[in-house]
Amino acid sequence: MTATTTVPTTAPAAAPFGSRHPLARVALRRIAGGVLTLLVLSVLVFLATSVLPGDAASAILGKQATPDAVAELRHTMGLDRPLVVQYGKWLGGLLHGDLGNTAAGYAAGGRSGVWDQISGKLGNSLVLAATVFVPVLLLSLLLGVLTALRAGRWLDHLVTTVTLVPAALPEFVLGTVLLAVFFTWFDLLPPVSFVAPGTSPLATPATLVLPVLTLVGVTVGPATRMIRAGMQEALLSDPVAVARLNGIAEARVIRRYALRNALAPSIQVFALIAQYLVGGLLIVEELFGYPGIGKELVDAVTVHDNLEVQSVTMLLATFYVAVTIAADLLVMAVVPKLRTGGTS
Amino acid sequence: MTALLKTDSPRGFPFGAALRRRTPKTLSGRIGLALLVLVLAVALLGPLCTPYSPDRTVGIPFAGPSAGHPLGLDFLGRDVLSRVLTGGLSVVLYAGVATLAAYAVGLTVGLLAGYSRSWLEPVLMRLTDVLLAFPALVFLLLLATAFGRGITGVVIATALIQLPPIVRIVRSAALEQSLKGYVEAAVARGEGTLSVLGREILPNIARPVAADAGLRFSWSVLLIAGVNFLGLGLQPPAADWGLMVSENRGGIALNPSSMLVAAALLGALTLAINLLGDALAGGTE
Repeated sequence: MTATTTVPTTAPAAAPFGSRHPLARVALRRIAGGVLTLLVLSVLVFLATSVLPGDAASAILGKQATPDAVAELRHTMGLDRPLVVQYGKWLGGLLHGDLGNTAAGYAAGGRSGVWDQISGKLGNSLVLAATVFVPVLLLSLLLGVLTALRAGRWLDHLVTTVTLVPAALPEFVLGTVLLAVFFTWFDLLPPVSFVAPGTSPLATPATLVLPVLTLVGVTVGPATRMIRAGMQEALLSDPVAVARLNGIAEARVIRRYALRNALAPSIQVFALIAQYLVGGLLIVEELFGYPGIGKELVDAVTVHDNLEVQSVTMLLATFYVAVTIAADLLVMAVVPKLRTGGTS
Repeated sequence: MTALLKTDSPRGFPFGAALRRRTPKTLSGRIGLALLVLVLAVALLGPLCTPYSPDRTVGIPFAGPSAGHPLGLDFLGRDVLSRVLTGGLSVVLYAGVATLAAYAVGLTVGLLAGYSRSWLEPVLMRLTDVLLAFPALVFLLLLATAFGRGITGVVIATALIQLPPIVRIVRSAALEQSLKGYVEAAVARGEGTLSVLGREILPNIARPVAADAGLRFSWSVLLIAGVNFLGLGLQPPAADWGLMVSENRGGIALNPSSMLVAAALLGALTLAINLLGDALAGGTE
C-alpha cells in the first residue's frame, strides 16, 4: 500500500473553518480533535485521582487526625465543594497554565505549586530526551538508509541482528546490564545520576551517559527497521523506476527521488520515538535515580500525591497528543498529495 | 491464498497443523524457539525444585556465590537461585492472564462488531484515540493511584490497554471473512449468528489472531515487569524477576548475580518472543 491510495475521490467541501488554505483547515480540525481528546482524558484523570481513593485530606493528615483538622484541611484544599466545581477549578487552572498545588505542600502546612515542584525536573528530562533523540535520529537515518540500499547483504544482517537484541530487552534490564558493565566491572561511570537541584545535568555529563545509552539502545533498533522499510518502499516506487528508466544516475535517483519519498514515514518514526520516550523516561529515571519528570511522577504516585499526579499526567498527555498532531501536519506539509485529504 | 482452500473444511482446528508447518526455518527463529522453551521451563517448573524456601533468610545479605548457594544471596540474605526459580511463574502467569482476559472480551466484541457491522465502530475508534493519547505506563500509574498498589489493578489495566487494538484487529479480520461465500452459504442454510461466528468465521481468522496474541503476550510481560520494577505492582516479599532487579540494585557491586540472573531471564523471554515473531512473520510473506 502506498500513500497514493489514501487520496479521497470526492473533492473537498467548502472550507468549514473560513480558511481557504487546505493545510490550515486540516490543522485546525486536527487541533480541535486533539483538544476534544484531552478534554475526555481530563475527566478520566480527574475521576481516577479524586473519586476512588477516598479523601486526600485524611490521607495527608493520617489516621490520628481529629475530624476538625480534616474538615479544616478539606476546606483549605477545596475538597468540601462539589466534584464538578473541583473539576472546573482544576481545568480552569490548567488552561491558565496553573497546575495547582501539591498535596505534599498542604501536608507541610503551607502551599507549594506543582509547577515550582516540577519545572526544574521537566528541564532535566528535556535535556535527557534531547540527548537521546539527536543520536537516535542520526544513527537510525544513517543505518536505515544504508541497510535499505544493501538489503539482504551482510551489512543489513549485521545491523539487524546487533540492534535487535537491546531493542527486545525491557529498559530496566538493559540499563542494569550497562550498570554492571560500566560501574561494577570497569568502574567508569556513576551508578546513580545525581544532579543537584538548580544545576544543569549538562554540567556533569557523566550522569547522562548510562540513561542515554539505555534509551538509545532500546530505540535505535525499531527506528532503523521502520526507516529501512520506508526507504525500501520508496526505492520500489514508480517515480524511482521512471527516473531510472530515464537514465538518471543512481546516486541522483536515490538523493532526489527515493530519499524524498522516504522522508514522510521517517517523520512518523521520530514522532513515535518522542512519544515512546515519555514512558521510557519513567523507567530509566527511576533506575538511575535521575531527577526528571518521570521519577517525579513515580514518586508522586508512590506517596499518593493525587493533586500532583493529575496535573503531571495531563501535562504528559498534552505533549503526547501535540506530538501526534505535529507529526501528521509535518507529513502533510512534506507530501503535498495528502493535503487535500484530511479524512482523519 | 490458503484461506480459500481451507474453507472446504472449516471444522478442523488449525493450530496443530499451523504449528507443524510453521516451525521456524531460519537460525534466529530456531534460537528464539529454543530460548522460549528454556525460559518457560524455568518459569513453570522452577518453583517445584527450589533448594531453599524463597522467603527464608539463610545468610548474610549480598553474600557472593558459594557451594551451597551457587548464585549467592540477595538483599535480605535469601537464596538467589531459589528466588530465580520461583520468580518466573508470576511473570508468565500475570501477563498470560491479562492477555487472555483482553482476548476473551476483545474476540467477542470484535467478532460481533465485524459480523454485524454495527454502531460499535465509531465508539471504538474514539475510545482507541483516547487510550492512544496516553503512554501505557502513565495510564498504569494513574490506575495505580486510583486502585492503590497491587498486581490486580495492574493486570486489569494491562488488559484494558490492550482491548481496543485487539477489537480492531479481530473486527477487521471478521469483516473480511463475513463477505465471503462460505459465510453466505452458512447463513442460507439457516445457521444462527453464534454458529456462524464460532464455527465458520472464528476458525478462519485463528491464524492472524494467534500471531497477534503472541506479540500482545510479550508486550504484557514488558509492561507488567516495568510496573513491578517501579514498585507499583507486585509487592515484597513476592519473588518476581522484575521485582528482583529492582530490590537488589543496591548490591550490584557485592553480588551482581542477585539482579543480573533475573534480568537475563526476563530479557531472554522477551528476546525469544521477538525472534520467534520475526521468523513467523517472515514465513508468511
